[in-house]
Amino acid sequence: MLHTRRRNTELGLVLFAALITGGLYVLASLGNNAKIPANLGPFLGIVVALLIAAHIATRRLAPRADPLLLPIAALLNGVGYVFIARLSEDLGKGSKRLPGLQATWTFLGVAAYVATLVVVRHVRDLDRYRYTLALVGVGLLLSPLVPGIGVSVNGSRIWLRVAGFSIQPGEFAKIALAVFFASYLVDKRELLRTGTYRLGPLLLPEPRHLAPVLAAWGGSLVILILEKDLGSSLLFFAVFVVLVWIATERAAYLVIGFVLFGFGAYASYKSFGHVRTRVQNWLDPWQDAHGRGYQAIQAQFAFASGGATGAGPGSGMPTLIPEVATDYQFAAIGEELGLLGSTAVLVSYLLMAGSGLRVAMRAAQPFEKLLATGLTALLSLQAFIIMGGVTRLIPLTGITLPFISYGGSSLLANYILLALLMRVSDETALHQERVTADVATMVPVT
Amino acid sequence: MNRSITRFGVALLVLYTAVFAQLNNLQLFGAQRLNHNPINVREAAKDFERKRGSIMTADGVTIAESIDTPGGVTDRVRKYLDPLVYAPLTGYFSRDYGTGGIEKQYNDALAAKTNAQKYGDLADLFNPQDRTGNVTLTLDNDVQRAAAQGLLFRKGSVVAIDPRDGSILAMYSFPTYDPNTLSDVDRAAATAAKKQLDADPAKPLLTRAYRDNYFPGSTFKVVTSAAGLESGAVTPDSPNFPAATSYTPPLTNNALKNFGGETCGGTLFEILRVSCNSAFAQMGAEIIGPDAMVERAQAFGFNDTPPIDLPDAAKSVFPTDYGKKLQTIDAFHAHQNAPSGPGGPTTTAPATRPPVYVYENTPRLAQASIGQNDVQATPLQMALVAAGVANGGVIMKPHVMKEIRTKSGELLSVYTPAPWRTAVTPEVAATLREAMVGVVEGPGGTAFRMAVDGYVVGGKTGTAELGTSPPSSHAWVIGFGGVAGQVPSVAVAVLVEAQPGATEQTGGRLAAPIAKAVIEAALRAR
Repeated sequence: MLHTRRRNTELGLVLFAALITGGLYVLASLGNNAKIPANLGPFLGIVVALLIAAHIATRRLAPRADPLLLPIAALLNGVGYVFIARLSEDLGKGSKRLPGLQATWTFLGVAAYVATLVVVRHVRDLDRYRYTLALVGVGLLLSPLVPGIGVSVNGSRIWLRVAGFSIQPGEFAKIALAVFFASYLVDKRELLRTGTYRLGPLLLPEPRHLAPVLAAWGGSLVILILEKDLGSSLLFFAVFVVLVWIATERAAYLVIGFVLFGFGAYASYKSFGHVRTRVQNWLDPWQDAHGRGYQAIQAQFAFASGGATGAGPGSGMPTLIPEVATDYQFAAIGEELGLLGSTAVLVSYLLMAGSGLRVAMRAAQPFEKLLATGLTALLSLQAFIIMGGVTRLIPLTGITLPFISYGGSSLLANYILLALLMRVSDETALHQERVTADVATMVPVT
Repeated sequence: MNRSITRFGVALLVLYTAVFAQLNNLQLFGAQRLNHNPINVREAAKDFERKRGSIMTADGVTIAESIDTPGGVTDRVRKYLDPLVYAPLTGYFSRDYGTGGIEKQYNDALAAKTNAQKYGDLADLFNPQDRTGNVTLTLDNDVQRAAAQGLLFRKGSVVAIDPRDGSILAMYSFPTYDPNTLSDVDRAAATAAKKQLDADPAKPLLTRAYRDNYFPGSTFKVVTSAAGLESGAVTPDSPNFPAATSYTPPLTNNALKNFGGETCGGTLFEILRVSCNSAFAQMGAEIIGPDAMVERAQAFGFNDTPPIDLPDAAKSVFPTDYGKKLQTIDAFHAHQNAPSGPGGPTTTAPATRPPVYVYENTPRLAQASIGQNDVQATPLQMALVAAGVANGGVIMKPHVMKEIRTKSGELLSVYTPAPWRTAVTPEVAATLREAMVGVVEGPGGTAFRMAVDGYVVGGKTGTAELGTSPPSSHAWVIGFGGVAGQVPSVAVAVLVEAQPGATEQTGGRLAAPIAKAVIEAALRAR
């Protein structure tokens, strides 16, 4: 049976991910402490238990879902944990509680994954609540601007502080809005496909149908200006443009998107000092190597010192990079695991993207297709934006590296995203099984 | 929609490939360039955190060690235990500003980077050992402390050496500094400390004892005496210089005066005892001549870098260029209507000796013979002069490393004494020793303050005028001490810089007591 085969594959891969994580942890401990820490056993146990729990939940709740997604998420989560534990060793007293917290976030993440699979039994449930979700999404996105609960960290106003906990509501807003976009665009895609309104060489749909596109653009600019969150702004806009393009299959929207993006980017480069700094650091960090370019240059040194095979987990000096635990974890991985390790992480995201898009292409319903694409785009574009930024391929914009970066909001949101993808995948497989069964029971007409 | 989804997949593949290309660019192709970038501190920082052996004195006092700092900014930190006393020798170990002194010289052994440490035996693969080297110095804690206490807060240098094998027993110079400030794990604090030390006009980071040159003044008369004795032109009995207050060399009207206008003269032992400028200037210029002076100065190590196992040792200088050869001294005097200076010394030198010539720069030679003009010497070089005299004419290679062992006691390296130069014959050395003992013990000897009860001590003072106003001078003393009938076990050079006043007594008054304390400490430690 398909579902048994898929779940057994998943189990094997999850165990393999646990093995890699455990091995890395042992190596990191050797490098940093020259001895295997006593708390290794319980740690490995908890990781394996959590991942197997996620796997068992999947067996019960989404047995036919894609077998690759969960193990890759587990691997990235495990590698991320090892690096957080390893960096906290070197970062001094204030960071000692990071590993414990990240373990807690992992637990909550897996819980959120299971809960999402339990609550969202059918993809069409999401379709019904699309305006609620839109409202929730926008509310979450703007909530850091509310005085009293919203706080600024490192210049970005993207945090809520409630009862001693810091939450990044934007992480959850992205998912809510992606669901809303998918649902909305499926409805309106016929209207958006037909051009009736001529603007120069472009044949555009009625301006009123275009309103949501412009609203998204405006929204991303609001995030950019009011919350100074370049990464989320870029991601939000990119995912939206991709969804419109795929829904309508009209490349014109891509062109419009790029033009709008270019205009917005240029205007913000001209108006905002922090944007200008990012761009200058991207083009030439060496100009001010001990000042604004310091972080970017230290990251390059980290990658270079890693070389092909890396310094070995725990044996590098990634803490020379300021803020390595938040924005620059990928550089720490590059330094200690080398090109092999950084490429492995890159390929992991690519495999997740591939699996996600395969789910989308197999899905029967347009909403499911668009939803799976949107979720995959969120995950893979976010990973690209931060990895590209850290390697100085594009200007750095501080967003989290999915499943790897420290942070409860990010981890929870990504596990919810994963659960939704699994739900789409499971339902698609179930649908195909039914169709095959129906065909099999048909009595041939003689 | 599937067609667009496929296209989106391709677009993602392109983006990720670009990241992959950039990773290759950073980690493979551009890695070499980035790793060697001058502002990349990763390599230095790695060394900074590595395990590192200790430095200790011959009598077992640890003076530098690395202490594990669990939970600290770095894994371990370098600590200097008696920093101000030992900094001139240990040097410093910093993250951003490299190393100096012993830390630099024996860096590989201390950091376990020598081949012998890297490739121990096969068992190390399975049971890794701490193979960092602990460096034991030839230094003696009591002698070093005596040197530091003697100089106190006066600018200057002290070098004590065992003449028999070249072991440095003490090497100190003031101003000193605290190397702990440079190995501070707080990089901003270390940077501030380095900037302050660099900006200090007194140059505390420069161990002047072996890295800076000074006029040796009258201490150089030992070398002049050696040149005379070795050439055969001078013996303990001849020549006998007539008493005079000054000496005017050929080709000049500038007289070289004795300190305070005193009158002095006589044979070698006497003129050395009272440090007679007029006699030694004449001896160098008219009896020894440039060739023999240069030859002897170089036999003592001038114009060469001492082979000491410390970084950046300075070369001492004795001028070699005296211009064109003119006529013999005798011919010169015969042509003069009036005899120059005190008149010719009475000599019993054999007539078969080749004649001494007057050169264009003979006045310069006269000055050089009493350690003035362009003669420049490090305190280490002057200690080596005393050591050579003490050790029967043979100067042993000076060294500060005694042995290097791993933590577990495995011997990695041990210093084998070796001769550097033969300065004079054993006979000449014996004569010089006797003459120098006279400077300490004889009547009116300028180095009488060096005398140590129960031991034989020889010395020579020096006062190198600096031509400043009000007058100031470097106070010098060199010497040796030991048990009667044996090769002396310690030779010293003491320099107290730029002291007010300029009389021949200055050196004896200021430097000799320090030398005495150091000799005493060394004899006690024996």
